[in-house]
Amino acid sequence: MDRAEKTALTLAVALMAFFAGLIVYAAKALNIDVPTCITDVKPFTEGKVIQHAPNRYELHYLAKMWYFEPAEVEIPAGSVVDIYLTSGDVIHGFQIDNTNVNLMAVPGTVAYARYKFDKPGVYHIVCHEYCGIGHQDMAAKIVVK
Amino acid sequence: MKVDKTIRNILVAEIVFPIVLLVFGIYHGLMQVLYRAGVIKDMSVAGIEYYQGLTLHGVINAIVFTTIIIVALGNIVFLYYLKKPLRPAVQWLSLILMFGGTLMAAWAMFTGKANVLYTFYPPLIAHWTFYLGAALLIVGSIVPLFFDWLPNYIAWKRENPGQKVPLAVYGMFVNHIMWVIMVVPVVIEVLFQLLPLSLGLVQEINPSLARTLFWAFGHPVVYFWLLPAYVMLYTVLPKIVTGEGKLYSDGAARLVFILFLILSFPVGLHHQFTEPGITNNYKLIHALFTLGVAVPSMITAFTVAASLEYSIKAKYPETKDSYLYWLAKIPYISLEGNRWLVSYFMAGLFLFFVGGITGIINASYNMNQVVHNTSFVPGHFHTTVGGLVTLVFLGMSLYFLSQLTGKEIRFKGLAVLAPWLWWQGMLIFEYAMSVAGFHGFPRRTNTGISYLNPESPLYRPEWVGYAELSVFAGVLIVVGFVFWAISFFGTLLSPATKEADLEIPTAEAYHDEKMPALQKLAPWVVFSSLLFLVSYIPALYDVTKRGVFFDSPGYNDKNPVPITKPKSAKEDKNEKAELR
Repeated sequence: MDRAEKTALTLAVALMAFFAGLIVYAAKALNIDVPTCITDVKPFTEGKVIQHAPNRYELHYLAKMWYFEPAEVEIPAGSVVDIYLTSGDVIHGFQIDNTNVNLMAVPGTVAYARYKFDKPGVYHIVCHEYCGIGHQDMAAKIVVK
Repeated sequence: MKVDKTIRNILVAEIVFPIVLLVFGIYHGLMQVLYRAGVIKDMSVAGIEYYQGLTLHGVINAIVFTTIIIVALGNIVFLYYLKKPLRPAVQWLSLILMFGGTLMAAWAMFTGKANVLYTFYPPLIAHWTFYLGAALLIVGSIVPLFFDWLPNYIAWKRENPGQKVPLAVYGMFVNHIMWVIMVVPVVIEVLFQLLPLSLGLVQEINPSLARTLFWAFGHPVVYFWLLPAYVMLYTVLPKIVTGEGKLYSDGAARLVFILFLILSFPVGLHHQFTEPGITNNYKLIHALFTLGVAVPSMITAFTVAASLEYSIKAKYPETKDSYLYWLAKIPYISLEGNRWLVSYFMAGLFLFFVGGITGIINASYNMNQVVHNTSFVPGHFHTTVGGLVTLVFLGMSLYFLSQLTGKEIRFKGLAVLAPWLWWQGMLIFEYAMSVAGFHGFPRRTNTGISYLNPESPLYRPEWVGYAELSVFAGVLIVVGFVFWAISFFGTLLSPATKEADLEIPTAEAYHDEKMPALQKLAPWVVFSSLLFLVSYIPALYDVTKRGVFFDSPGYNDKNPVPITKPKSAKEDKNEKAELR
């Protein structure tokens, strides 16, 4: 290997190591993490809205061919929401628009995310994993007031 | 070199058959953008439903076309460089298995019995012929490795002691060994999970396990598509760019193949970042390995650029002291000799640059939350497998068709313009899909009848512009493909003008180091397989024992009611889960 090649190789490794460092820093120090493995919540068979305190909610989303339960939720601005998601049949997806909440609904498992809804508005949720012929109509929303 | 007639016919069939199917695959690609933008506001066109067309688009373009063309390229490379005949019996067996399997799966897809997309995630279940067909295609693609390439490789080594095998052989050989390793998990998934459920032998399936096994295959497979394109970038491109160009470094190229052999496997979990059921740190480890596998691609970028610069500067002394001016001397559009192929390589490389960057974004763990399952993802892989890989395969298919049949390439002008139309279209497509993805535009969705339909309550006007832009891009890409197809079928249907004569332009190495550690493949293969296994043990534990509460019955795409009977055992398991 000549000098130019060695330089290129070093730069490539250094750049990727830098990216790796940023990812680990974001995940471990800033707690910007991906949905984790939930082993203490059993998959549920109905959707639920549970209010623990004025600004503290727990949403249980059940994804089924081809709807989400609950389909529409209203919460006050500034609410901290724990979102649990499971599927009643096949694989579904779950993304809340303009947030980093991006989950998969896999039967037999429960996905989890926490989000603080600061800005009032309508937050659309779409199913983003193919789940059969009605997939394109599978949506829900959270209205933040 | 002269090629035996039987083998020649088999090779031509292995090129023409997948390309005839590709015509359907590309048609359904065009239909995708039309449906999604709402140009077509319907569930089906000409008897083919949206998700059925999407399955055809994915399976034909990404699985069938790539696999069969790679087998053809491997056969040609081994035949040409080792100068040892291929065995007709082996080749016939491979061809029959691959074509038979493909036709079986095609029947299931065309009759709407397999609307499961090319990732076939259970509990959605297809007709058993779909899975068995795919398995036969895979088995057929492996046959030449064990019964033709490996014996020829060993014989060549024995006859040429101490010599390095030609670089192209080295690359195709490593690539196919990777293929054998990566198909193990998907074959396990098909044989032990999907086929039994599809045949009704079992009633339930663990979807998380199936997904994990699928992605243990599903990411390495992208390198299986990519490496043959790299082989051509290393051997053919530097030679044809000036006619006497050289490869900058043979050692660096071999190092790249070994790095892919090691790093292609412990990466599949980066497709499952958002998934419940798998511990985050295992996902993070796979994310870091994925950044590692970017390194050999960056070395390739350097070596290819250095080879081009060296070759151009050697040919045109006036560019000797230039930093960038030499780039202007690359024959981007030229009809002279073999230079028409340069346009395929250069257009592909420019697309792959974008694909590399978006790929790193996808793999970047927490950043993936923003783009997972949005249109950003198809935007990305249309510039990689739909960019460099497809363009190199189309270019080389046309080249080898002409060589193996002794027919002059017809409509060469169209063939030179085709990759640039493809490039421009794909670049616009990637832009539209990526930016729409940031706004949450989902992938794999018939958005035209819901989200992009002004009359629907689900209407999302912010996505309209991007979807319309992707229609424009899709049309450009298809025009590019039609240009190529006119040249390809024009050549195929024209009379032979000379005797068939196989010749692969091959660049010599400028730096040609021995690198003995890279010449023995067996230790690397063992190491790579072990790393693969070790990297998946924790994830497999999670999806079988720790994070999954119960299995699921099978469903078809039309009905929310299970098609298999869930056993009462499910209740027991539920109770067990409660007790935990």
